[in-house]
Amino acid sequence: MTAVVSSSPATPRRVPAGRLAVYGVVLAIGLALAFAPFLFPDVRAQEVAARICIFIVLVASYDLLIGYTGIVSFAHTMFFGLGAYGTAIALKALGPSFTAIAVGGGAGLIATLVLALLIGLLSLRVKAIFFAMVTLAAASVMLVLASQLSDYTGGEDGITYQIPRAFAPAFKLFEDADGKVVRLFGVPLNGRIAAYYFVFLTSLALFLFMLRVVASPLGSVLKAIRENEMRAEAIGYKVVAYRTAVFCLAALIAALAGILRAVWLKYAGPDVVLSFHIMIDILLMVVIGGMGTMVGAVIGVVVMTLAQFYLKDLMQIGADATAGVPIVHQLLEPDRWLLWLGVIFILLVYFFPAGIAGTLMNKEWRR
Amino acid sequence: MGINLDRIGGVYLLPVILALIAFVFIGQFSSWATLTVAGLSMGMMIFLMASGLSLIFGLMDVLNFGHSAFVSFGAFIAATVLAALGAWLAADSALLNMAALFAAIGAATAFGAVAGWAFERVIVKPVYKDHLRQILITMGALIVAEQLILAIWGGVPIQVQRPAILTGSIILGDVSIEIYRVFAFLLGLAVYAALYLVLNRTRLGLLIRAGVENREMVEALGFRIDRLFVGVFMAGSALAAMGGSMWAGYQGLITPAIGGELMILVFIVVIIGGLGSIQGSLLGAILVGLMANYVAFLAPKLSLASNMLLMMAILLWRPWGLKPAVKG
Repeated sequence: MTAVVSSSPATPRRVPAGRLAVYGVVLAIGLALAFAPFLFPDVRAQEVAARICIFIVLVASYDLLIGYTGIVSFAHTMFFGLGAYGTAIALKALGPSFTAIAVGGGAGLIATLVLALLIGLLSLRVKAIFFAMVTLAAASVMLVLASQLSDYTGGEDGITYQIPRAFAPAFKLFEDADGKVVRLFGVPLNGRIAAYYFVFLTSLALFLFMLRVVASPLGSVLKAIRENEMRAEAIGYKVVAYRTAVFCLAALIAALAGILRAVWLKYAGPDVVLSFHIMIDILLMVVIGGMGTMVGAVIGVVVMTLAQFYLKDLMQIGADATAGVPIVHQLLEPDRWLLWLGVIFILLVYFFPAGIAGTLMNKEWRR
Repeated sequence: MGINLDRIGGVYLLPVILALIAFVFIGQFSSWATLTVAGLSMGMMIFLMASGLSLIFGLMDVLNFGHSAFVSFGAFIAATVLAALGAWLAADSALLNMAALFAAIGAATAFGAVAGWAFERVIVKPVYKDHLRQILITMGALIVAEQLILAIWGGVPIQVQRPAILTGSIILGDVSIEIYRVFAFLLGLAVYAALYLVLNRTRLGLLIRAGVENREMVEALGFRIDRLFVGVFMAGSALAAMGGSMWAGYQGLITPAIGGELMILVFIVVIIGGLGSIQGSLLGAILVGLMANYVAFLAPKLSLASNMLLMMAILLWRPWGLKPAVKG
């Protein structure tokens, strides 16, 4: 696996400038997310910020698989969806309460664990490529099941439901003497803020947990498996057991991210939690950010999310400018943004397999 | 017991066993026969798509996740050609009918071969022997290809015309058999026979089989296996496009999602059959086709899940598939 650059810097005492820049950017993103409701008070920006938080967790957990262990799975959205649908169905059936979130989320997590164990033990013994195919097949069956079992999942339309009152915009977190909601920097401290910080803090905790995992001895074993499976096995590590364990761990974290998404969105449907497009998004984010670097996930998610908004605008300009030209016009249609992202993706895999974070972090000691 | 089973066909008995079990559940000969024919023809079309993928993997250790793009392009090109030759299709003459159909299939297949060549040179060649990047890059190519289809043909479903001679059914007793299905089955069988003969009776086939078995050794003997591989890649892509064009006629209505939907079945077939062997692909394709049709009749909602379960069961029994040509 030459795709992922690893190994420690040649001169360990000097911290490379690129590495500092990456950490600086990630820290800035983290701070921006931490104060997002106050920095960007409008509703749409908050949606974007929450989406970024959740996707950072999702993408980082995927990076545990693809970047750290060298496992290619296409079932990550399946676990994301299991968490989200479990929560959604419970909230719909039991009414808006924290118990429902716990019950539904718990059920989703258990289903995730069982499925991940099954898939892992069944097919992680064989080649990476075989595993990728099995997970792809499993994920699409789950997608079909979600749209066919419409009595429970709402089919293609998905499920809408109420979330606990503490997270609703009408809920007052702090009241002043007049019974009005307290404002901080002009932003009302209502339930929506509570929901955002629930999402943000849980995401932060999960991300820090994953940072801890990759820095632990377990993380070193995973990298050893990625670099040379035979040698890892020969040293005495049970490769199948480690792979299955990390697959289950990543799946569980993805399911937790799914729970967050379900709580934040008040909606669960194939398009937002289960579809193949999300899987492609995750893949793009991991590769753009940089495989095998947890901070790469943060950068990848932010870059992709912003690109999704601005690339479309840019293409609209291009499409307007070429309105007369038949094929070019169609290719520049804003709906075709995925086409260009796909091209960028291919070029990235060719020329910068380490992604943005990986390339920058290795910049100094490469020369 | 095991030896006896091997003598009378071994794993090749599985489709027969499946058909017998299904007969017990269905209980009615006429519907069982119709379903069996439908399953066999569906299996043959999937075989067209799966055999190429399997061979490409077997020879060069390249798994092309973009394989389904050729299927979609084949389907759409065939639909376009058929629409352009609408007058020939509706004509009373069987000759014109078949000419239009073969023009459509031929156009799709030719496109598959040319696009396969370009795909191999541009997309796959730089990432030989690097599985992770192969998966990523072919996945990226799949995204681009799907978007191109959306850009060229738009997102609306397209109606596919069938030649007049292949519409309708034959009635044998109380069993009705759609003619198009018979045609699809025969075409698939012909392709299988051709593949089998090329692989087993020619020098080229010998080299390909040797390459699947042990690539380094063949290279050491002085053969340019990478050139051979381009040929196999083109043939595999052409077969996928041919399968797609047949599928377009079978379905009658195609959407840009067609490739993605079929890719799952193709993957299941390749996994069941074992990578690298066309016998395995045929066996897997027929099992999947039969299973899909029987289950769609008995319990419609379980149709796709049933194939997944079949794959799981077979993987538990034989982790490398039923008839793998390559291991490890």
